[in-house]
Amino acid sequence: MRTRPWILLLGVVPALFLAYFFVYPLVTILYTGLVSDGRFATSAFVDVITDPTMRSVAWFTLWQAFLSTVFTVALGLPAAYVFARYRFPGRSLFRSLTLVPFVLPTLVVGVAFLAVLGPGSPLGIDLRGTIWAILIAHVFYNLAIVIRGVGVLWEQIDPHLEDAARSLGAGRWRVFREVTLPLLRPAILSSAALVFLFSFTSFGVILVLGDLNHSTLEVEIWRQATAFLRLDLASALAVLQLVGVTVILLIYGRAGRRAAEELPLRPSAEVARRPRTAGERAFIAATLGMLGLLVVTPIAVLIARSFSTPTGPSLVHYVNLFDPPRGSAIFVSPVDAIGNSLRFAIPAVMIAAGIGLMAAVVIVSARGRSGRIFDTVLMLPLGTSAVTIGFGFLVALDKPVDLRASAMLIPIAHALVAIPFVIRSTVPVMESVQRRLREAAAVLGASPRQAWREVDFPLVSRALAVGALFAFAISIGEFGATSFIARPATSTIPVAIFRLLGRPGTFGEAMAMAVILMAITGIAAMGIESTRGSRSGGV
Amino acid sequence: MLKVSDVTIRFDGAPALDGADLTVEDRSIHVLMGPSGSGKSTMLRAIAGLEHPDEGEIAWNGRSVLGVPVHKRGFGLMFQDYALFPHRNVAGNVAFGLRMQGVESAVIGKRVEQFLELVGLPGHGDRSVGTLSGGERQRVALARTLAPEPRLVLLDEPLGALDRSLREHLLVEMRSIFNQVDATVLYVTHDREEAFTIADRVAIIRDGRIVADDTPEGLWRRPPDGWTARFIGLENLCTSSRLVELGVHPPSEVTTTGVIPPEAIALSPAGAHVATVAGSHFRGGAYRIELGLGAGSTLVTWSSTGHETGTPVRFGIDTTRITWFED
Repeated sequence: MRTRPWILLLGVVPALFLAYFFVYPLVTILYTGLVSDGRFATSAFVDVITDPTMRSVAWFTLWQAFLSTVFTVALGLPAAYVFARYRFPGRSLFRSLTLVPFVLPTLVVGVAFLAVLGPGSPLGIDLRGTIWAILIAHVFYNLAIVIRGVGVLWEQIDPHLEDAARSLGAGRWRVFREVTLPLLRPAILSSAALVFLFSFTSFGVILVLGDLNHSTLEVEIWRQATAFLRLDLASALAVLQLVGVTVILLIYGRAGRRAAEELPLRPSAEVARRPRTAGERAFIAATLGMLGLLVVTPIAVLIARSFSTPTGPSLVHYVNLFDPPRGSAIFVSPVDAIGNSLRFAIPAVMIAAGIGLMAAVVIVSARGRSGRIFDTVLMLPLGTSAVTIGFGFLVALDKPVDLRASAMLIPIAHALVAIPFVIRSTVPVMESVQRRLREAAAVLGASPRQAWREVDFPLVSRALAVGALFAFAISIGEFGATSFIARPATSTIPVAIFRLLGRPGTFGEAMAMAVILMAITGIAAMGIESTRGSRSGGV
Repeated sequence: MLKVSDVTIRFDGAPALDGADLTVEDRSIHVLMGPSGSGKSTMLRAIAGLEHPDEGEIAWNGRSVLGVPVHKRGFGLMFQDYALFPHRNVAGNVAFGLRMQGVESAVIGKRVEQFLELVGLPGHGDRSVGTLSGGERQRVALARTLAPEPRLVLLDEPLGALDRSLREHLLVEMRSIFNQVDATVLYVTHDREEAFTIADRVAIIRDGRIVADDTPEGLWRRPPDGWTARFIGLENLCTSSRLVELGVHPPSEVTTTGVIPPEAIALSPAGAHVATVAGSHFRGGAYRIELGLGAGSTLVTWSSTGHETGTPVRFGIDTTRITWFED
């Protein structure tokens, strides 16, 4: 059936939304950063790239992102292998466990590792302000990307290929190097690019665990804009970061396209099997042990320390959250921030789900090149960092109408970050609602509208629910953009955590707040897993 | 009566259908047979309204259906992969077309059960389609297609996904089901035995054109050209010079190829010709015998007994059964 042109009209809303809240702020940043008095030569960008401090920030950003990626891939590959190829008790539990860090807000990750590796650590060490704390936190946060991204492909590689290689005389290691690894390469590359991207634009983790010598461009943009009010320098740094992000996204896009290519041979049945030898069992145990340690320790320590005081376990940190903040009359009490967060989450979810669904319909209907371009453009907010988005709002949205004081900007920023997730969770399902099912409905007498209602919608609504829950989790935990646009009275949970961290003597309260945020996110994540898991039958 | 006239459909400039003509009579089972890529599925989709002809006409009882959207044509189409709705159970799938017609729910319930019974799945309405076996899925798809009582039933390789024994079983069953509901059927397949078993008439499609349209027996006895003969499994294609050697003379100068059906060749000590047995294979019920005529050319026939390879045999040809072409 041919695409009905009116469907493409649906694309107007997402396009306008994106143009005003994403492209326009970005262009303003580019202009502010690159041009001064109408000339490029004297612009802040030139200052930035000649300034040794800024150069060292850029260098550290790259360097830590590279190391984070290497470590994450090195740890993620064996885990992906174990989950893809072996069946063992607790497999699905362990697999869900590895996904937990990825849904945690980065600020919570930062606070959790501060609890484990920072001052007062139960391990008796203080790694704050070292690259090690940052690297470990990044591995913790990004491990799921590699395990999922590579694991999915690994499950689809027919073990017969490896058997064939072995029967041709290749040893285990040769088989891995010459058969498995080349087949996995696109998935490894695209996961690595994503890990690199998230580490490159890391904000919450660095803000909590880093210091002036261990700072990323992202943090520096924020610092220049909010602490020193140097919007031109911040813009120039944002331009520099955008260049980096663009390069990474291009690499990711290319690797992703190759990863999506059909494998020549796919297994007809489930490939996972029980481990047979003692060596296999030891390998699985070691991998799971390492995963458990990495994932559980920070979360457990964070929870434990949020309840601990010098005089023993108590709820005092939580009770203190009800107190109005000391020494400041304009800030709301931390507990009110919870109400704010929930209030912002509702419109954020509605905007993200509505616009994401419209965009998804257009992407699926407009096959071919134009659909792909629309898809890519809508993914950009995901790559562009949250700080850039918040900063863009700050510099751009005073014209034509000054929106910067509007509280609606907060859910809009959250929706902007969440839309790619809504699209990512709905488009594949929509595409997999095979054209055939729609045709079958038509042949049985369903009009196009009936077909959508009877076939597409029931199948897509679950995916949309997953997207909406993602949007909720993102809105609740978003910090980078919110930190620019939240006012004292509109503080959200992450903003409150950050403020508690910055004040002496309230680390316990910060941890308590982080635990609350983690719990809310955890509920959303469980909702995502159960909604996904109960999807009936393969489509 | 369905009449497809001179229909052409091009995909990216290359024709999938190239001036195809076909007529399906009421209450007949018409098979459309062709190799893969010949355009048979495209033909079916065009009739259903899922593809739009670039040229030509498709009419039902003399009235064009080209302007009628898919869902209003009243033609049922069963897909090769069945396309069962994964979010509905068996009854929900079978009821779908009836619901689209606005049939009352009480009637729907009865009709669904009636059609499930017809396809041999009584009481399966509550099953989830994910739990069905291949044969059961096929039956549900058939029930779903037939339940709205379409004026024309289109089937795209309906047994293609099943194994051989199940296929033969279901084929016979389908024929009786179609007769019971008086369906007008256009059935697409690439399998000759399937076609010959179920068809009242068989149309052969090649490169987007219908090259033959006859009863199964007529097709076997009078294939219109060598390609069709070979496609339906007639192997004994001979050049006229070879036939002259066998004492058979072409009826005219332009007929340069003849095809001898295997049943026109009889092994008998009284036969006029001699050959060497080049192969003898038991095929269940009979032996397939390859007769070597020298210079690598062979004729194929069937025999109730096997013959030792390399031994000479005598055989006769019923020359009245030879079909001649101008190939």
